[in-house]
Amino acid sequence: MDSSRRRILRLFGISALALTTRPVLNAFAKEEQTTGAEVVIKEGAKSLKARQWAMVIDTRKFESEADLEPLIEACHKIHNVPALQNKNHEIKWLWGTHYHNAFPGKAARFLAEKVEHRPFLVLCNHCENPPCVRACPTKATWKREADGIVFMDFHRCIGCRFCMAACPFGARSFNYRDPRPFIKETNNKFPTRMKGVVEKCNFCAERLAVGQLPACVEVSNGALAFGDLYDPASEVRELIRTHYTIRRKQILGTEPSVYYIV
Amino acid sequence: MKSKALIVTGVVIFFLIVLFPFWYMRGKAAPVPEVELTPKAKAAQKCVRSTEYMKAEHMQLLDVWRDAVVREGKRIYVNPEGKEFNMSLSNTCLDCHSNKAEFCDRCHNYASVRPYCWSCHIENPKEKS
Ligand code: SF4
Ligand code: SF4
Ligand code: SF4
Repeated sequence: MDSSRRRILRLFGISALALTTRPVLNAFAKEEQTTGAEVVIKEGAKSLKARQWAMVIDTRKFESEADLEPLIEACHKIHNVPALQNKNHEIKWLWGTHYHNAFPGKAARFLAEKVEHRPFLVLCNHCENPPCVRACPTKATWKREADGIVFMDFHRCIGCRFCMAACPFGARSFNYRDPRPFIKETNNKFPTRMKGVVEKCNFCAERLAVGQLPACVEVSNGALAFGDLYDPASEVRELIRTHYTIRRKQILGTEPSVYYIV
Repeated sequence: MKSKALIVTGVVIFFLIVLFPFWYMRGKAAPVPEVELTPKAKAAQKCVRSTEYMKAEHMQLLDVWRDAVVREGKRIYVNPEGKEFNMSLSNTCLDCHSNKAEFCDRCHNYASVRPYCWSCHIENPKEKS
């Protein structure tokens, strides 16, 4: 009895060993295949680079919501952002808001009239210390080391919305519904999103990669400037040096990369 | 020992049920699907890599592309022949293979896989524009 049990166990052991050899051999075979072919993966030659991309918005150049419209339109059109009428389901990458919503804590009881009535463009601030990134359990959102853009990987987002709770600027929107039926004109070059993922402004990373400035900057007639925050010679640094600028909720320490000339 | 007959019948029935599908479908293997190439794909003659490689490995290739583009911001793929491609499912793959139903779906249905690429990537970039 005993000896036969031992034999069976031994047989099992040898079989198990035999079974494991195949995948190992396969792995070796595969390695040979892939090293044989020389494939290179690289950045495009025209891609724009920065240590930390930043934006300066000259709010004096916007008088009414209508002045913001072309910028919002440009952004939402190329990124297939759906136009959902229901306020609870709304998807926004770039939008306008009042001074006291954009800068709570900086709004006095009585304000200069032109500031009071001026619309303020708001978007993701691509914070240097982004709380949304810390909240994300899947690394579906993270800060790109190469250029400081706080990026989204829609493939990986599980829709938990922790990032939305963590972002103090309401810069993120959740797809409560399939967005496709609500996209007026689809840009076929850019993917849409699906139900259950979060989205936000990506600082037009897909345009920077081919040497173009963000869409909103391009159509702003100079009201928006874009550049490297750590390049003292950049246009954004020049504007920050020569104008008084403020940032949203600076006191929270997220270090926003979007500056406002008021 | 009394239940021997019962056990044997049970075993026989079990095997009958398990083997029934094999018997029922004997000799009727689903035909291997023929994929259709668009004129553009035909004219290009060669995909990013060889046909055999693409048949067997396109999912791994796409996985590498996705990670390189989304995670590392690298968007150019140089194949062993030195030809450069924009690593984009929407703008490179689906530009030639703009016939999802006759190309992608035929094989995927045969293999019973349901990739959800098209929930976000627009399936035939040309037609819908
Ligand atoms: S604005 Fe919000 S979403 Fe954008 S980086 Fe800062 S915390 Fe994250
Ligand atoms: S909703 Fe998506 S991006 Fe946001 S925290 Fe969850 S997984 Fe991360
Ligand atoms: S930088 Fe690009 S994604 Fe962000 S708001 Fe402007 S146009 Fe939209």
